[in-house]
Amino acid sequence: MASEARENVVNPLFNNNPIMLQVLGICSALAVTTNMMAALMMSIALTAVITFSSLFISMIRHHIPTNIRIIVQMTIIASLVIIVDQMLKAFAYDASKQLSVFVGLIITNCIVLGRAEAYAMKNPPMMSMLDGLGNGLGYSLLLMAVAFFRELLGSGSVFGYQVLAVANEGGWYVPNGMMLLPPSAFFVIGLMIWAVRCWKPEQVEKPEYQIHQVHRTETL
Amino acid sequence: MSETNVKKGWFGNTMSLPNDDPRKTLLIAVLLCLACSILVSTAAVALKPLQQANKENDIKRNILAVTGLNQQPGTLDELFARFEVQLVDLATGEYADTDIEPTSFDQRRAASDPSTSIRLSSAEDIAGIGSRSNLAPVFILRDGDEIDQVVFPVHGYGLWSTMYGFLSLEGDFETIRGLQFYEHGETPGLGGEIDNPRWRSQWQGKKIYDDNDQLNIRVLRGFVDADSPLAQHQVDGLSGATLTAQGVSNLVNFWLGEYGFGPYLQRMRNEAGVI
Repeated sequence: MASEARENVVNPLFNNNPIMLQVLGICSALAVTTNMMAALMMSIALTAVITFSSLFISMIRHHIPTNIRIIVQMTIIASLVIIVDQMLKAFAYDASKQLSVFVGLIITNCIVLGRAEAYAMKNPPMMSMLDGLGNGLGYSLLLMAVAFFRELLGSGSVFGYQVLAVANEGGWYVPNGMMLLPPSAFFVIGLMIWAVRCWKPEQVEKPEYQIHQVHRTETL
Repeated sequence: MSETNVKKGWFGNTMSLPNDDPRKTLLIAVLLCLACSILVSTAAVALKPLQQANKENDIKRNILAVTGLNQQPGTLDELFARFEVQLVDLATGEYADTDIEPTSFDQRRAASDPSTSIRLSSAEDIAGIGSRSNLAPVFILRDGDEIDQVVFPVHGYGLWSTMYGFLSLEGDFETIRGLQFYEHGETPGLGGEIDNPRWRSQWQGKKIYDDNDQLNIRVLRGFVDADSPLAQHQVDGLSGATLTAQGVSNLVNFWLGEYGFGPYLQRMRNEAGVI
């Protein structure tokens, strides 16, 4: 039991990272990773939502009618997202201004609904909550890593503190403007997936097609 | 789930029906919606005052920043209390005679309501805002009896978004003190450089009227030639953000022009005896 709980939290960090292995939740990973502060706020918001949505959905899982189960899950997730959004507006106004629409878009984040449907519907509340927490942390870990590279190379700073002296303020570092545009997040995430799969080769998927075999059947 | 023979009543009976029974489905849906709506509305109502205060503080902070008053000691509210807030009737340039509390005037709502705004034709609408409210607040900072600075709320379209900000003029109603945006959705690193303090600082000291008293202030493409006689009416462009910079140029011209605060500026300059 204890080991399963630990597994639920630790596994999604590297072995089964929702972004790196399952490649879910990419859209917000592109949008909010231009600076680390925004990424941190987004990570906290998403982790809170996914932890509690998994808990609540698991608590009422025996009573959820199958034919409206997605609606039930979405209603719970949407309510939590609105509450988190309101909290951010009240207690972290500047961050919420930066995140603007992306907090609302947690509702459609595939990781949240994915964990509800795949785990919380079948497992007891405590375990589901830990599973949600683990996946939230996995998402956060990747978001923070991407934001670190994008902010460092794009604006020469970390958490808003200037670490590389930027050229237009008299320093030596010419910021790479592309790091601040969404495509760069694709490159960074791609490189990270590559790095993690070199480290853990078991994550590499088997190819779905073998081009030569297809070719051979054609000639037959 | 084990069932006991205890009387469970209507609720318990419905809950112990199979999950896919329409009655139970309906009951679950209603209960869930009720629970969620209570939670959401409680959060929204309870946090409303805090959010409102945040919003107002944000506006105040930006007004203080654009006037440079934020360098001085004092709390936000103390410093902001030094401003006199007035509503201007933009068509006449007079202070509006209304019951509306100037500090709580919502310019965006007024601009979207046809009864409190005018539609702009495409020739008039250089800032790309569609319609303009009839009234607009100005924030006047006095030094004794003299007007030290006047802050004007401005907004206009950039490349992706409407940019909202404040423009501050010195008491001569001709020299720019500062320009600062508090809300925009321009590309970070490119158009977003309108927030860069170095770029913003260029606005300080620029003159908005030329020798013939014509409005003349613009953002160039490229750099200002310091030897040019027009240099004091020009600001460097932003490389990689021509359209955003052009948007800033347009909105400044719109709000200082005849459909913006032009009539008000005219009146104030007349009263000050500048022209």
